[in-house]
Amino acid sequence: MEKFEKLSGIAAPLPLINVDTDMIIPKQFLKTIKRSGLGVNLFDEMRYDDDGNEIPDFVLNKPQYRDAQILVAGDNFGCGSSREHAPWAIKDFGIRCVIAPSYADIFYNNCFKNGILPIALPQDQVDVLMKEAEKGANARIEVDLEAQTVSTSDGEVFPFEVDAFKKHCLLEGLDDIGLTLAKADAIDSFEARAAQARPWV
Amino acid sequence: MSPKTLYDKIWDAHLAHEAEDGTSLLYIDRHLVHEVTSPQAFEGLRMANRTVRAPDKTIAVPDHNVPTTPDRVNGIENPESRIQVEALDKNAEDFGIHYYPVNDVRQGIVHIVGPEQGWTLPGMTVVCGDSHTATHGAFGALAHGIGTSEVEHVLATQTLIQRKGKNMKVEITGKLAPGVTAKDITLSVIGATGTAGGTGYVIEYCGEAIRDLSMEGRMTVCNMAIEGGARAGLIAPDEKTFAYVQGRPHAPKGAQWEAALTWWKTLYSDDDAHWDKVVTLKGEDIAPVVTWGTSPEDVLPINAEVPDPSSFAGGKVDAARRALDYMGLRPGQKLSDVEIDTVFIGSCTNGRIEDLRAAAEILKGKKIAVKRAMIVPGSGLVRAQAEEEGLADIFKEAGFEWRLAGCSMCLAMNPDQLSPGERCAATSNRNFEGRQGRGGRTHLMSPAMAAAAAVTGRLTDVREMM
Repeated sequence: MEKFEKLSGIAAPLPLINVDTDMIIPKQFLKTIKRSGLGVNLFDEMRYDDDGNEIPDFVLNKPQYRDAQILVAGDNFGCGSSREHAPWAIKDFGIRCVIAPSYADIFYNNCFKNGILPIALPQDQVDVLMKEAEKGANARIEVDLEAQTVSTSDGEVFPFEVDAFKKHCLLEGLDDIGLTLAKADAIDSFEARAAQARPWV
Repeated sequence: MSPKTLYDKIWDAHLAHEAEDGTSLLYIDRHLVHEVTSPQAFEGLRMANRTVRAPDKTIAVPDHNVPTTPDRVNGIENPESRIQVEALDKNAEDFGIHYYPVNDVRQGIVHIVGPEQGWTLPGMTVVCGDSHTATHGAFGALAHGIGTSEVEHVLATQTLIQRKGKNMKVEITGKLAPGVTAKDITLSVIGATGTAGGTGYVIEYCGEAIRDLSMEGRMTVCNMAIEGGARAGLIAPDEKTFAYVQGRPHAPKGAQWEAALTWWKTLYSDDDAHWDKVVTLKGEDIAPVVTWGTSPEDVLPINAEVPDPSSFAGGKVDAARRALDYMGLRPGQKLSDVEIDTVFIGSCTNGRIEDLRAAAEILKGKKIAVKRAMIVPGSGLVRAQAEEEGLADIFKEAGFEWRLAGCSMCLAMNPDQLSPGERCAATSNRNFEGRQGRGGRTHLMSPAMAAAAAVTGRLTDVREMM
């Protein structure tokens, strides 16, 4: 997995609540058997019209946001389906960090498995960052995972919380299957105990 | 010993390892797999030279992509869908996992097949790369959806890296009024808590109205826990649960059944267990409901009017405005005046035999007044039972298409899709923009309500037809 340490980039504002994973990547793109190549279809139905032409008003189609690396959004981002295609599409587009007041659980977890940092901040701070993002290329937002801070170009700094284990994996780019397999003894002995206690399983 | 909730008890019984910071390895008893969220996980295993640790606890079935028209026995026409299903065929064979291929009579929606075959049992941990895995919570199992990376993790290690969630109790007291169903309960709970009200929690549904539900109804309630933000929803097992499970192909038998039963009877929340959040609804207050917007929390009784976006607060004002625009509705419009083009009855939420019986009850001797209507049974066995009970004839005579099993128009990955502007009364679980097809407009409701809408051609209070 790609490491995430620091990021300084343009942030795209998406001031919508309950952005669901169907919106992030519609179902017709779930037929792939690969993880890559989904960036072009990120937010497909908001981004393109029925004929496949770009809708100029959509934020990621605006010239100043085409290289956005951060997305600032409303409450309950990533709700709905468990499809990991959502973070795959976000990452493939080039976005490495999402900032919102809250996230749906499954999406939140999926981000960390793909080198994306989802940051939850209070609504008033997200409001400040949303305004910053609206300035386009004139305002870069800085994210420092080690220090757990988000900074604006005006020098405002917002600290954020992140689970220590998830932070460690993201900073080091660790494969968590490898970490778990290193605990195979614990799993073996659990299985032996469970086979005694609940043999019908 | 300190008092525990049902969730606490199942969690403790499956803890394989716990680090000092609380990061835990939770052992997984059943891993359900379908064709859409698994190919990348199997590919990951192959690339890393890893195997499936517990193939005997892993069950696969294709459901999301499969066509539901009778001609599917001749193969799947869409090349991408076919490749995905063939990839599952191959992965199931290569890794030696239990498999119900597309033309097996036991094939169906993974969350209907698991319970039907007795794979899902009380007190288990159950995961699947699908958010509606919460369905299995109806058996008193801890069941939740996971992403594809986690699918790979479970395949390789039979565990998940987890942190324990918080406990939330949702109590539905008293009795339901006639015409009110499990679907109305679960939608009304989401209406009360919001789509993020359960985020970070595991919900236990309890109370007289929940106890009174059949296992099918309980599965409908737990199925939509995720639409309220909770990864898992569960219901303590009781005699109804045990009766449903007994005799199923993979349920324990003989002495093992007795041993299992002894443990299952300990699976309830202790009287003085700690709850981080409690929500109580009176069963008598719940009406038949429909959704008006593009989030499952946009729910109102059928006799209500479309709300004014300005009546909301915060980001919901813009969201409601956008939703009404998308749905082609105006504030103050009576929901029962909204005309419907299409009716879809099926999905992991409402594709079981009881759902089909409820729809047939309304449709008996009637004709549809919509452009098209389809019933998609949740499994081949549900379909066979409905045919045996004469329900299929009622549907066909009413003008419904009688399909083969699959997810179908719930997420419209197969050819069953809405056209732009097409308005659908659906028994599925999500009314998101574009969910059932680009520009399609979805109103969620119970099977009886969907059947009523099919007969009148508009959103209809089923109580007027009883």
